[in-house]
Formats: sequence, structure tokens, C-alpha cells
Amino acid sequence: MNYLTRSPWILHYDASSCNGCDIEVLACLSPLYDVERFGILNTGNPKHADVFVVTGGINEQNRDVIKNIYDQIPNPKVVVAVGICATSAGVFRECYNIEGGIDKIIPVDVYVPGCAARPESIIDGIVKALGILEGKREMMTGKGEKSVPARKEGA
Amino acid sequence: MISIWTALLYIALAPLVGGLVAGIDRIVTARMQGRVGPPLLQPFYDVGKLFEKENLVVTASQNFYILSYLVFIVVSGALFFAGEDMLLIIFAFTLAHIFLVLGGYSSNSPYSFIGAERELIQIIAYEPMIILAAVGMYMVSGSFYVGAIASSQNPLILYLPGVFLGFLMVLTIKLRKSPFDLSTSHHAHQELVKGITTDFAGSNLAKIEIAHWYENVFLLGFIFLFFAFSIPIAIAAIILAYFVEILIDNTFSRVKWQFTLRSAWIIAGMLGLVNLAVLYYLSGGL
Repeated sequence: MNYLTRSPWILHYDASSCNGCDIEVLACLSPLYDVERFGILNTGNPKHADVFVVTGGINEQNRDVIKNIYDQIPNPKVVVAVGICATSAGVFRECYNIEGGIDKIIPVDVYVPGCAARPESIIDGIVKALGILEGKREMMTGKGEKSVPARKEGA
Repeated sequence: MISIWTALLYIALAPLVGGLVAGIDRIVTARMQGRVGPPLLQPFYDVGKLFEKENLVVTASQNFYILSYLVFIVVSGALFFAGEDMLLIIFAFTLAHIFLVLGGYSSNSPYSFIGAERELIQIIAYEPMIILAAVGMYMVSGSFYVGAIASSQNPLILYLPGVFLGFLMVLTIKLRKSPFDLSTSHHAHQELVKGITTDFAGSNLAKIEIAHWYENVFLLGFIFLFFAFSIPIAIAAIILAYFVEILIDNTFSRVKWQFTLRSAWIIAGMLGLVNLAVLYYLSGGL
């Protein structure tokens, strides 16, 4: 049974975001969008999480933190980069302290661009990530022939 | 009526009932907040998912403590539904939670450590009231055996209204509901990360969740004893009590551990002890 896609728990990390995307991520939990309908819960603990949602770009301060959090999430796990800063660092790309998007440090499965990303597109990105999550689980248990969908750069 | 069969029935059906109660709880909570809420079977999906995940173990002794927690919760619940000695049940129940606390202590995470200490404080807070409830039931029915209490024709609730209200108060602590949800940070995200459950992942977390379902069914059975003279009234009382707990969960902000400990003991003292003293006086004790 694939319980995994019915109960994805999210860990949300604000890398160096301006809080715009973070407010939109939290808006998904509000009565208007109510992602708990799909069993999605916001957890504060990497050891309980399945989906790692990162907003903002990588800088010197948060590089090790992101790597550390990613390593603490038990397999199978997916990473969703929310907002243009997380996908490619956006307008901050040339800044002296910014290294780039999240994929410089950890493998990203779904990119949700936008400044700020709309709650609808965040939900859409997470639902896309669930398909990848299921593929990863089948790879992990070794019985899946189903191929993992290829990563789409900047899609 | 109460025998080994009800105990076996409890072991087999309690996770089912507990999971459904948790699902209804989540839907009612969502409706109170103006949301649609998850499907009814969501708690089962969650536990199924946790068994599919990698079991990340911080220290090997964690596995032992969590398995012991689950086993002793099931044992104390099974003893209860087999109609055994109430005192034995209460102490087996406490022992189960001590295993959970040891599991929290066994990891090196400071969040888990503080969560374990808060869990100990919660045990200190609710334990006197549960023992007073057992003593009250003994005073009315003349026995510590659950079987004898349940088959007693005395309406316990009429003799023990104070004890019942005090028990509802500690039930809020036991169900990990909002004003006293200190050790697991179930609703308050990121205050203590996840408190005592911080360092449990995958199947260990699933076992904690299943143990919680067993525990909830046992506690609802405890409410049943107060109304055992009439089964329809008992079922209505259980539903009403659980609804009140959800309402409290959604209307009160969380309190500090000092307030939890103080209020639990004051209410146990005021409602429980006074109730028992009156009962003792009326039954011609003095």
C-alpha cells in the first residue's frame, strides 16, 4: 500500500528568504487552502518529516544547517525548493554572500518558482513531489520497476 | 460478562477504535477551526506511512524502551478489560510511561531530554487523581476489582461527582490536549521541536502512536466505570466527555508546567479529597 503519499509530513526551513514565500507556505495551512485535507502536516522535526520545503537561497550562514537537516530526514524523502530564490537565488544571484539555489547543496526534486510563490503552486509542487516520493520508496524496497521521474531544471 | 475474552477483544480491537477516535478527533478539531480536515482514516495512513519509512535509531536502547512502552500499555489495558485489580492496572500503566520517559532520556537530544522531564512532571501531576479515583470506586463498590466495580449496581457518578470532574481534568493531560500538552508539543510546533518524541522516527514513532490509541481506549473505559449502571448513559457520557476535551483543546492556550502541576493537585485535592471525605462521613466512617 502507498500510505506515504497519503500522509506526507512537511518540514519547512527558511534559508535566507525575505519571509514572502514563508507566509505563502503557512497560508497553505490556513482554512482557505487547508492542506490537512490531503494528510499534509507541518512538523518541526526533521526525523518525522517526508517533504523538505526550503525557501530562500544558500548563504554562508545556512549552508551547513541545510545539509544537516537534510541528513536527519529518514529515507525516502523529497526536497521542494519554493520561490525563485530557492530555485536559483533569483535577483540575489550575483550577491557576494549568496552561493545560489538550494540544489548547490542538496538534491532538489521539485522547483516551485515565483516571487512570492502562490499557495496554489506550492500545493501543486508538493503534490508533484509525492509521485517522486512514491518512486523513491519503491526504489528503496527494491521491488519497483517504476522509474523515478526525471528532475526538471527550473520548470 | 467481563472475562479473558473482553481482554482479548481489547487487544484486537483497541487500535481500530483508538485510530477511529483519533480520526474523528482530527475532523472535529478541523471543523472547530473552520477547516475541512483530513479523511477519517488519516491516523491509519500516518501509522502505515511511519512503518514504510526508514527506522532511524539514535541509540539501540530506544527500540527496547519503546517496545516495552507499547507492551505495558497493552498489558495494563488488557488487565483493565479483564476486570483485574485496579491498583495493579494503575501501576502497570505508570510503569509503561516510565519506559517512554527512559526512551526520551536515552537519546542525547536536549529537546528529547526536556520533553522526558516534562513527561515525568505530567505523571506526578495526574497520578494522585487517578489513585483517588480508584479509592473512590473502592469506597462505593467495596472492591478494587474492575469486574466488581463494573457489575456494581450503584451509580458511581452520583457518589463520586467531584472525583469524576477531577478525572476529566487529568484526562486532558493524559490525552495530550492543549492546555497541558507539555511533553510532546503536539500542537505547539517547534517549541521543543517535538519534545519527548523528537528522536523517534519511522516504526518507533508508529509504536508510540499505537500505544497512544490503546491508552485512549483504556481511559475511555475508565470513564465507563463511573456510568457502568447503564450502558446507553455510559456511551453518551464517553462521547460528551471526549467532545468537551476537544473543545478545551481548541479554546485554551498552553500553560507552563508549574501551573499544570499546581492546578492538577489543587483540583485533585479540592474535588477528589473533599468528595471522598464527604463519602466517608456519610457512610458512617467516623
